[in-house]
Amino acid sequence: MTDFKIHHRDGDGVSVIEIKGYLDAHTAPDLETAFQKLLTEKKYNVVVNCRDLSYISSAGLGVFMAYVEDIRKNMGDIKLTNMSPKVYNVFDLLGFPILYEIYKDEQEAVSRFKEIKK
Amino acid sequence: MAAKAQKLSKTIESRTDNLLEVREFVLRASREFGFSEEEASKIVLAVDEACTNVIKHAYQFAPDRKIEIVIRPVKDSMQITVIDDGTSFNPSIAKLPDLKQHLSHYRRGGLGIYLMRTLMDKVEYKYAPGKRNEVRLTKYLTASEPSA
Repeated sequence: MTDFKIHHRDGDGVSVIEIKGYLDAHTAPDLETAFQKLLTEKKYNVVVNCRDLSYISSAGLGVFMAYVEDIRKNMGDIKLTNMSPKVYNVFDLLGFPILYEIYKDEQEAVSRFKEIKK
Repeated sequence: MAAKAQKLSKTIESRTDNLLEVREFVLRASREFGFSEEEASKIVLAVDEACTNVIKHAYQFAPDRKIEIVIRPVKDSMQITVIDDGTSFNPSIAKLPDLKQHLSHYRRGGLGIYLMRTLMDKVEYKYAPGKRNEVRLTKYLTASEPSA
């Protein structure tokens, strides 16, 4: 049974990762692999669209913690979007809104990267 | 409310692909006990974190060890005990991290323990080193109960 899926698309200097399903200790390594690939390809402007993310545990949150430092060192960022209230609550409990830009809409986050580029 | 609830238990092998099954088990029990969807989600996440800690720390990813999850009604609370016989690990002696400080150094460890304590009303640990470790998570039906 596949309980987690990642879809990656690039455009306008921004990589969008759509994550779907359940992000836990079992599926977190898949997200790590996706971030590792972005770093290898030197893609540092990353938007993670959480529209279809049903569940996240600390193992999933830990992946963002593991990669955000390297990405920011390279003048990029991880911006998070489209979270359901349930998923947002978990991010909020751990203080993530202080560390990460969280947007309601993917386009908003993509636009922020473009504004910075100008 | 919880009058008809009875003791339930489930034993899984210590693999992360079993976490989904644990979550479904705990979600069903929490709903039947009378918790709202929001509270049930918190309980599910806390138990996931407890089992993940056992898999990672007590069993260090050995895939064929046993984890037992026991759910008991205790008056107006639901008590979930996660039991293993791996290496003892006592996070209760560690102070809760200053979260802001912790995150600003991009530390990813310890988030699960922080979540368990935040999501549940009580988190207790019992040890018999090398024989049996227990993490007991308690949630009261009434939201006004004080946190541990």
